[in-house]
Amino acid sequence: MDYFNAFWVGGLICALTQILMEKTKMLPGRIMVLLVCAGAVLGAVGIYQPLIDYAGAGASVPLLGFGNTLWKGVKEAVEENGLLGIFMGGLKASAVGICAALVFGYIASLIFEPKMKS
Amino acid sequence: MSVKEKYDIGQQSLTFPRDVYLISSASVVGKKEGEGPLGKAFDMICEDDKFGEDTWEMAESTLQKEALSLAMGKADITPEDIRYLFAGDLLGQNIATSFGLMDYEIPLFGLYGACSTAGESLSLAAMCVGAGYARTVAALTSSHFASAEKQFRFPLEYANQRPVSATWTVTGSGAFLLSGKKGKVRITGITTGKIVDMGIKDSMNMGAAMAPAAADVIEQNLDDFKRKPLDYDKIITGDLGYIGQEILINLLKQKKIDISNVHEDCGILIYDKEKQGTGSSGSGCGCSAVTLSAHYLPMLEEGSLKRILFVPTGALLSTVSFNEGQSVPGIAHAVVLEHVEKEAV
Repeated sequence: MDYFNAFWVGGLICALTQILMEKTKMLPGRIMVLLVCAGAVLGAVGIYQPLIDYAGAGASVPLLGFGNTLWKGVKEAVEENGLLGIFMGGLKASAVGICAALVFGYIASLIFEPKMKS
Repeated sequence: MSVKEKYDIGQQSLTFPRDVYLISSASVVGKKEGEGPLGKAFDMICEDDKFGEDTWEMAESTLQKEALSLAMGKADITPEDIRYLFAGDLLGQNIATSFGLMDYEIPLFGLYGACSTAGESLSLAAMCVGAGYARTVAALTSSHFASAEKQFRFPLEYANQRPVSATWTVTGSGAFLLSGKKGKVRITGITTGKIVDMGIKDSMNMGAAMAPAAADVIEQNLDDFKRKPLDYDKIITGDLGYIGQEILINLLKQKKIDISNVHEDCGILIYDKEKQGTGSSGSGCGCSAVTLSAHYLPMLEEGSLKRILFVPTGALLSTVSFNEGQSVPGIAHAVVLEHVEKEAV
């Protein structure tokens, strides 16, 4: 059941994003920023955490989940350190994701070569 | 020739004191273009779009090098016979041109007119020969899908999704040799375009940015030479695509000029949009150059076309000005090409 929920929630998020790609003139960078911001807002109003509890990686892996992680990190750091936490918490909470993206991106660039689109 | 004679015609056009002939041309293209409707006509099709080089930019340089070499071979002349090169591409600082042509050691004018460079280089080359400054010169341009994506959109490494409506930059280079020596095709006049800015801000809709510039230069050409659209067997634009073609025909109709029977667009001709999945049409300054060389010049040489107006169109898109919120201005240059009757040769 976990797999099934992860699959349809994650799939739904990607499908909605694909509609943005096809039907709007927004460039990919803008859509990505929109997703991260939306994730943070959904986290702040308390919608996203229940979704992660329900769908697991289906909700935490897409970019919305990254926004939610940023929000969570900021929230915890503010509770611990006061206002300074706004600047501390986000990167601390998302460090694993960011670092892994850099390292694996680098490894992939060493192994693979881009090809012409067909 | 007398110094007092005038060769400037009307507002923006020229003819030449001496006859200018297009004596040889060559086209080199990538795999996708080779699989397209014009595939059999190209001189050289490379299966490997990197042309054996390490980078896409070097691959584009190789395209130019090969195109010029083939054109020289066909005319049986050597680099020493060519007085000047008029060449350009789409990349920053014209790097495909400078790295591709440096080994020939021929004096070079590097040109940038976006995709209109094919017309710009032919115009200047014709002026140079027509004025008697040189016996033989070469005009060439190139574009490459992968290097253009990196320059103007996203590098292929980024693997973004392309909108279906986006034009497909042609991987190809066309080279032309112009000479005072008689040939089968003559360049009889040019009309140089102005920058026309209609305030288009959609970088994925270049046809709409270029169509007004094409309309402007075609109208001016007809006006300057006192011709009607049907005085040309074909009026050929560079890479307006389907949307741009419609805009161009409508713009001219508003001025009571009907070119719908004679108009063709190289970008539309070069790919089969259904079979090849390009969605839209081809673009790039290689597009009009290879189509002229492989498709239209043979018809002009044999005489099935007598007189054409070749109008490469360019969208002067810069990623800097575009990101700063500026619109995309268009430009187009028209070149009149005519069949030379056998008796005259």
